[in-house]
Amino acid sequence: MAEYLLEAQHLRKAFEDKTVLQDVSLGVRRGEVVVIGPSGCGKSTLLRCLNGLESVDGGEILLEGQIISGQKKNLHLIRQRVGMVFQSYDLFPHMDVLGNLVLGPTRALKRPSKEVETEAMAALARVGLADSAHVLPRQLSGGQKQRVALVRAMLMHPEVLLLDEITAALDPEMVREVLDVVLELARSGMTMVIVTHEMRFAEAVADRVVFLENGLVVEESVPAQFFHQPHTQRAQQFLASFCYDSVRDGKNMQNTKEAN
Amino acid sequence: MDWSFMERFAPLYVQAAGLTLRIGSLGIALSLGVGLLCCLARYYRVPGLRQISRAYIELARNTPLLVQLFFLYFGLPKIGIKLSGEACAVIGLAFLGGAYMAESLRSGLEAVDRSQREAGECLGLTRAQNLRYVILPQALATAVPSLCANVIFLLKETSVFSAVALADLMYVAKDLIGMYYKTDEALTMLVCAYLVILLPISILFTLLERRLRYAGFGAGRAV
Repeated sequence: MAEYLLEAQHLRKAFEDKTVLQDVSLGVRRGEVVVIGPSGCGKSTLLRCLNGLESVDGGEILLEGQIISGQKKNLHLIRQRVGMVFQSYDLFPHMDVLGNLVLGPTRALKRPSKEVETEAMAALARVGLADSAHVLPRQLSGGQKQRVALVRAMLMHPEVLLLDEITAALDPEMVREVLDVVLELARSGMTMVIVTHEMRFAEAVADRVVFLENGLVVEESVPAQFFHQPHTQRAQQFLASFCYDSVRDGKNMQNTKEAN
Repeated sequence: MDWSFMERFAPLYVQAAGLTLRIGSLGIALSLGVGLLCCLARYYRVPGLRQISRAYIELARNTPLLVQLFFLYFGLPKIGIKLSGEACAVIGLAFLGGAYMAESLRSGLEAVDRSQREAGECLGLTRAQNLRYVILPQALATAVPSLCANVIFLLKETSVFSAVALADLMYVAKDLIGMYYKTDEALTMLVCAYLVILLPISILFTLLERRLRYAGFGAGRAV
């Protein structure tokens, strides 16, 4: 079995003549949570390349050791194994919440709808949205929409989940309710690649932090090191640019983690 | 007004209205199919088909239906293809309407956010599933007003069918005027006949539009 569940090797991607990814290599082991960030462009592009929404201009992407980049046919089979949630939720506005949830499993995976509905209702209840099964997405708040989007992705039982700045469009008080769901997923052993600006969350959830800049991996380390003794000057600069409070809170968080 | 005249010839109008509706609905149904194929070819940028559908759309909507009918009815027999008047009418209407339907449907498709398509893809749906369950329902909801305009437009275009010897409403009216000189009566009945056909359709589409007005359209009750 391949060492990495999902791996990018020397990925290169350019839009017209603007190079977004120069040479990015990244491996994600089963059960691992990798946070990409925090600064620079190319993070979303990297995620979109990982599940084939964008083609790559060089390098390879491997899922369980099998090359999936450059593949044109049966991309949907790969995407059934690599889930993705976006910043803009992208729930289907013409279906109620339950309809959104069961579409993938019943159509793409051809599972019986009774069974899927039962599972969907249980999953909704776990994220505190049991009452919302039959409302339209537009009747939900941003945080609720994003929780539905997470459940929708998870009901496909993907092997790895890609989260692209899923809290960036939310009001601060709604960020928490969404991140709690992600934390719960992380605890349950879900493999995830997360792009986020929530540094404290990154510190709490990540097994590894990858710092991208100008299309290159500048630093890659465990959170304790990344947030407290970053190797590179660029990462140091970045962390220093955060206000004092948030850095100190990060430390407190570290302390509480140790206390547990 | 000669009411007894109108009463006497009303059945003729009913019969003609039947023909107008029959050929009209057949042609419109076909034009929807043609339109869907054309706009999908353009939406998915199918090489070859995409250019063909563009050329077809420009050809079909920039020539009058009457000319198209003459071509089908009088032109094709010269090269050995002989079609009945009804067949010509249906084909002509589908040819003209296909172009209009394609453009209306395309406006609906383009209005669906790209991220919706990507969200469907990310769920592992095949392209066909994504189109059927995610993209088309939203595209149709947006396109309904302009599709409705097309349907009404095409039904009115049936008034040139008399040119290929079909006894449609227009034909009956002209016939009655020619035979009895009852111009006022014949034309009044003609206007009424078209209104009777078209008004319900118009209302039906308004209801349909209201029903489909989910989602991002109109005032949402966002929390």
